[in-house]
Amino acid sequence: MEQFAPVKRKDGQPVRYLVVDDSVFARKNLARMIESFGGQVAGEAGDGCTAITEYDRTNPDIVLMDITMPQMEGIEAAERIVRSHPNARIVMVSSVGYQDNIVAALQRGARHFVQKPVKPEVLYEVIKYVLGEDASVASAAGAGA
Amino acid sequence: MRMELIQPFINAADAVLADSLQSPTSIAHLSMEEEGYRRRGVAALIAVSGDIEGRIIFDVDPKTAMRVASRMAGQELPESQELMCETVCELANQVIGNAITSLNDQGFHFRVHPPELHTSEHGDKSSEDTEALVMCIETCSGKVFMNVAMRYNRRRHEERAAVVTE
Repeated sequence: MEQFAPVKRKDGQPVRYLVVDDSVFARKNLARMIESFGGQVAGEAGDGCTAITEYDRTNPDIVLMDITMPQMEGIEAAERIVRSHPNARIVMVSSVGYQDNIVAALQRGARHFVQKPVKPEVLYEVIKYVLGEDASVASAAGAGA
Repeated sequence: MRMELIQPFINAADAVLADSLQSPTSIAHLSMEEEGYRRRGVAALIAVSGDIEGRIIFDVDPKTAMRVASRMAGQELPESQELMCETVCELANQVIGNAITSLNDQGFHFRVHPPELHTSEHGDKSSEDTEALVMCIETCSGKVFMNVAMRYNRRRHEERAAVVTE
């Protein structure tokens, strides 16, 4: 997989991600992308309920959240996380990308939306945008990008 | 099934498979089938409900599923039944999600249910209004089959018509 210039937190530590998707295969693919961005997977969840408890446990810098999942869908989980953690940064990652869904996710606190199949370069730009000034991009020369 | 329902699935399958596998795809075979579904390999079923209701089955033979998994992961993966099932479910999820997105933007409102493995050898026989579209997509990793059986939800359609005439 292509390597990107590492995105680091302001304190120089790797960005920590919570990956939420009911598909183990999708989670592994996202984890590979995160690694190529210089990040670290702090936790994983396969449904919305587990995502909430994992968020409390890991306190990640960013959450990548699927929408269609068993037990509790991603939009509801995002809303609940943001209610208890107003600064939570949640990026919805779903194949179901119609306008109503995107608007509902954003209204309930998600910061961005990425449609599946995920292109690493698109996710990378979204991550940088969502982290804003709380992150910095290391020089590409050191990253081998 | 009407063309307005079929075309988004054809477009989504072509786009998602070509993008995921980084290689062009082609439709090898497309037909309407009234006979019941018969499983070929590893199959995932996704149900949709709302203005249109029905189900879509994604069906891939095990060797093709492994090749697709490796291509999607960008590395050779060891053969495993769990991985094959995961791959087919995720592929189905992506293709159907993209098709539903397109239909939704045309004004149809749906709910997509999470994919489930379809383990029985046969499915229900199609009826007059749930005739299935069977599509075979040729990819660089092998053939991928998609069986789409959907119909308009008459009750929802009538409710909407009533609202419009009020």
